[in-house]
Amino acid sequence: MTKIKSLADLKKMKDNLQSKIALREKSDSPEGRVIIKVAMATCGIASGSKEVMEYLVDELDKRNIDAIVTQTGCMGYCYAEPTIEVALPGQEPVVYGYVDTKRADEIIEKYIRNQELVEGIIPMNYQTIEKDKEGGKA
Amino acid sequence: MKELALHILDIAQNSITAGAENIGINVEEDEGNNVFRITVIDDGCGMSEEMVQRVTDPYVTSRTTRRVGMGIPLLMHSAEQAGGFLKIESKKGKGTTLEATFEHNHIDRPELGDIAGVMSILIGSNPDIRFQYQHKKNEQDFSLDTNDVIDTLEGIPINEPEVLKFIREMINDHIK
Repeated sequence: MTKIKSLADLKKMKDNLQSKIALREKSDSPEGRVIIKVAMATCGIASGSKEVMEYLVDELDKRNIDAIVTQTGCMGYCYAEPTIEVALPGQEPVVYGYVDTKRADEIIEKYIRNQELVEGIIPMNYQTIEKDKEGGKA
Repeated sequence: MKELALHILDIAQNSITAGAENIGINVEEDEGNNVFRITVIDDGCGMSEEMVQRVTDPYVTSRTTRRVGMGIPLLMHSAEQAGGFLKIESKKGKGTTLEATFEHNHIDRPELGDIAGVMSILIGSNPDIRFQYQHKKNEQDFSLDTNDVIDTLEGIPINEPEVLKFIREMINDHIK
């Protein structure tokens, strides 16, 4: 049987962690971080947002992408759960619906790494219409 | 919801929305007395007596406020289906305590599920909230206080992926 983990074991991991964080902080500024919000209200949880969130946290860490993954409430797209909002540094956030681990992988590889849009975007079209009106375009 | 752990994730969300700074999550498995109990205690904004009456009704509550909706009715249904009940005590400005009791051996009691994963998600997403987790399983008793974890870490953020993974493994080790 392997040893049961305790807080003393966490203490031993500390130095290792500290150097890892120092390394990361040297490489880029906090503004350079990707921020992902996973919708986790009743609707999201019931549709499997927990698995998606765990997948994102693990994979982004494994693939060395500096990101913050956090929870948010219901964004009003209950029909398209699980939904996630991805904000690349300096860009408008994009909301993706029907996210499973397969699509989450696609979002990491295509959208976060290469800024290619991936299927499943929930458009915020009301914003574009307003903008167009104000700008007098089209 | 397939697992009780997912209900806990959902109910704790209410506490977070209520602005709680301390959230206690207790799981009690007592096979001797045939009781399986989940308790979520918070020091959030609390509810008026009228609201306490209404939160268990999905139709009255779901559109009047975002703080409640299907979450509590679903858990209540789950508890009642397994020979148990749901109890909510709340005081405005003081906080809320929610308790869901099940018959331990009832065939309709969902399994607890991945409580370790749920705790690591809650802690990781809300590093400023103090979580106190206690799990009693017959004679076993395990507790985890995020204040102790923060003290141990001496400045390393508690929401580092590796720390969260450690928390997940530690809980799993203890409640096996």
